[in-house]
Amino acid sequence: MGGARVTVQTADFHLGVEVAALRAGDAGVGAVAAFVGTVRDRNDGQGVSSMELEHYPGMTERAIEAMIDEAEKRFDIRGARVIHRVGLLQPQDQIMMVAVTSAHRGQAFQACEYLMDYLKTQAPFWKKEQTPEGARWVDARTSDDAAIARWGITAGNAVPIRGDA
Amino acid sequence: MKLKLKLRYFASIREALGAGESLDIEEGATVATVRDVLIARGGAHATVLARGRALRSALDQVLCDESAVVADGSELAFFPPVTGG
Repeated sequence: MGGARVTVQTADFHLGVEVAALRAGDAGVGAVAAFVGTVRDRNDGQGVSSMELEHYPGMTERAIEAMIDEAEKRFDIRGARVIHRVGLLQPQDQIMMVAVTSAHRGQAFQACEYLMDYLKTQAPFWKKEQTPEGARWVDARTSDDAAIARWGITAGNAVPIRGDA
Repeated sequence: MKLKLKLRYFASIREALGAGESLDIEEGATVATVRDVLIARGGAHATVLARGRALRSALDQVLCDESAVVADGSELAFFPPVTGG
């Protein structure tokens, strides 16, 4: 604990190194839950040869910090680490990771999933894929809005704002 | 007395309008007011900011809805739905 909680970077990361740093010196940790997102070679029925990730420097980091603060209120966790890459990525590359420590697995699993659901719908990142038919911006998914809704949070990310149509 | 805003655009909106611009707007303006002023310019602004299109906004780097009131010196960003993770 005590290190950076949120990093946005072009470089790759090593989950094992990050988990070791996250739980270093904290003998109260009995569980680590982690998620790693990677680049698929197909999306929405088309081949993907590469992906470019854009973010909103400053806001992105602040938004994820706020998510972790909220996760710490909701769950009995001891630490959290989020790394998200930006720039040009290839299929099979790692895109991002979330790791959470807690005394027991239940809270770690839940907090990890909560952070992912939150990040998917609230953190300013945008993916652009290269496909055989040209480049395209990835569409937001209503299934991600549904995922965050189960935590009692209305995202409205994937749809026009109500009353705005 | 007009308010000076710093507008920022990201992803598909940035591709159409550039990374950002300055805008002077009347006091009391909301995010919706700003969007309408930009739409009224026509052209690419009208296309990508059109009502009915999924568009999100952030005021001073915090997600906001369109009823948020802007202030002098505010940074107001428009961008499409987010797709990280």
